[in-house]
Amino acid sequence: MAAFRSQGLAEPISGVNLVRFENVGVRYGSGNEILRDISFTIEPNSFQFLTGPSGAGKTTLLRLVLLSLKPTRGLISLFGSNVAELKKNELTELRRRIGVVFQDFRLLDHLTTYENVALPLRVQGKDESSYRAEVQELLQWVGLGHRIHVLPPTLSGGEKQRAAIARALIVRPELLLADEPTGNVDPSLARRLLRLFVELQKSGTSVLIATHDLSLMDQFDYARRMVLSDGRLIVYD
Amino acid sequence: MKSIIKFWENLFSHKEQRAALIPHNTVAGRSLVIVIAIMSFLASLTMGAVFLISEAAGNWSSSVSSELTVQIRPVMGKDIDRDVQVVANLLTNYQGLTDVRIISKKESERLLEPWLGTGLSLNDLPIPRLVLAKFSKQTKPNLAALKKNLEEKIPQASLDDHAHWIGRLVAMARTVVVGAIIILVLVLTAMVLAVSFVTNGTMSSNSEVINVLHFVGAKNAFIAKEFQSHFLGLGLRGGLMGGAFAAIAFLSSSQIFPLLSDGASGDQVNALFGSTSLSLSGYISIGMVSVLAALLTALASRLILMRHLKSLW
Repeated sequence: MAAFRSQGLAEPISGVNLVRFENVGVRYGSGNEILRDISFTIEPNSFQFLTGPSGAGKTTLLRLVLLSLKPTRGLISLFGSNVAELKKNELTELRRRIGVVFQDFRLLDHLTTYENVALPLRVQGKDESSYRAEVQELLQWVGLGHRIHVLPPTLSGGEKQRAAIARALIVRPELLLADEPTGNVDPSLARRLLRLFVELQKSGTSVLIATHDLSLMDQFDYARRMVLSDGRLIVYD
Repeated sequence: MKSIIKFWENLFSHKEQRAALIPHNTVAGRSLVIVIAIMSFLASLTMGAVFLISEAAGNWSSSVSSELTVQIRPVMGKDIDRDVQVVANLLTNYQGLTDVRIISKKESERLLEPWLGTGLSLNDLPIPRLVLAKFSKQTKPNLAALKKNLEEKIPQASLDDHAHWIGRLVAMARTVVVGAIIILVLVLTAMVLAVSFVTNGTMSSNSEVINVLHFVGAKNAFIAKEFQSHFLGLGLRGGLMGGAFAAIAFLSSSQIFPLLSDGASGDQVNALFGSTSLSLSGYISIGMVSVLAALLTALASRLILMRHLKSLW
């Protein structure tokens, strides 16, 4: 753990917003806009919650940041680049600077915990010998050192959650997105996971957590709150 | 070269140091292999049949067009054996003809056996006799002059160079080959459609893998390479299985067929269908059908994958 943290998770960028949304709107098909005039920024080394009632569009907003969904209008800028002007490979390069923890984990069931966590490095074409120790160390850090060689179907909900978090962290992301990361774990583990995110933020990673757990947010009242309601976003700094 | 050997080693064994990114031995994957095997088996059988028919048709034409027949009709008061000998001598000394052969009475009996039955005495019937001769490869005989010469010496002899039969045989052979090729095209089209549909289904079952690879930062080229080689492997396994079964079927038939077609009727069947053993080019074409099935699977997976990736931004 010490070695992993001592290397630093990300180098904070000064002077550039990691994320900048300007009047972004999203509409599915010919229906009403589910997100309207969304404008906000995420600064380097910041910590924020994204909250709102179920169906408010939290996951949709995270998908916009992750570049898995195109907005129907507005401007999205990631790491200082207007994403509308980027080519596919450039978008992939930006995506590699973002770690994401999905609500449903999205671990590949035919790969072991180790292989799932190492996946982001493997797809970058890195040699396994260059990251084996690092992956094992990170798995120890999230408490899965004894579950390295098991397949996800045999992991508990909390273990899957931690494996998904480890996969998001292995690339030392500059921005971490987490969709309801405490939704499948007990309150005690939820607090531990939140503390992990706080540690990450202290190490230089900006964190955006989507949750509707108000009690959890109250424990970290210094964090910025972004509230989605009726398709609009209100930011409380 | 090393990568080809590694790919080949991995084709039939999954002992890779790193786990495959795309799950092996799934129900969808096995179904795809089975469908490819069945379709390539059918396509290979059709392809082999086209080769057999084409070769048989070629043999009919070449064997008939390389010889002539002189028929000597029996006439009251004339010694037919002497006439046969005169014709044989004439043909032997004629430029452009070789291998003159008199069809003996016994052979004539055997030829007529299927129609007139066994135990027949030709002495009781006015049966014409035949003399065969082959065309020389070096010089062409002047058939018009030969015909005139024959008419002068043995008026009851008639010359047949099989031109009429050759024309009909060639037309029939062409029709049969074209028909077989049409059936082959239909089978190959069915194979393309079946493999594309089943590949599409198999790709759908892997959509979660594609999404995860995409979101953890895999480039489209990387995902395409992984899926293409995975589906090429599945296609090769299915294609080679189907092709191998078809090759075994043709090898078996070439061994079994002669045993079943013995005797006089067997001779006729052999004359009609020729050899039932496939030539080397036939086996090579079966191999090509297998490779085609594999390439088709890889191509279909790539097209489907690219369409999916395009929808992901």
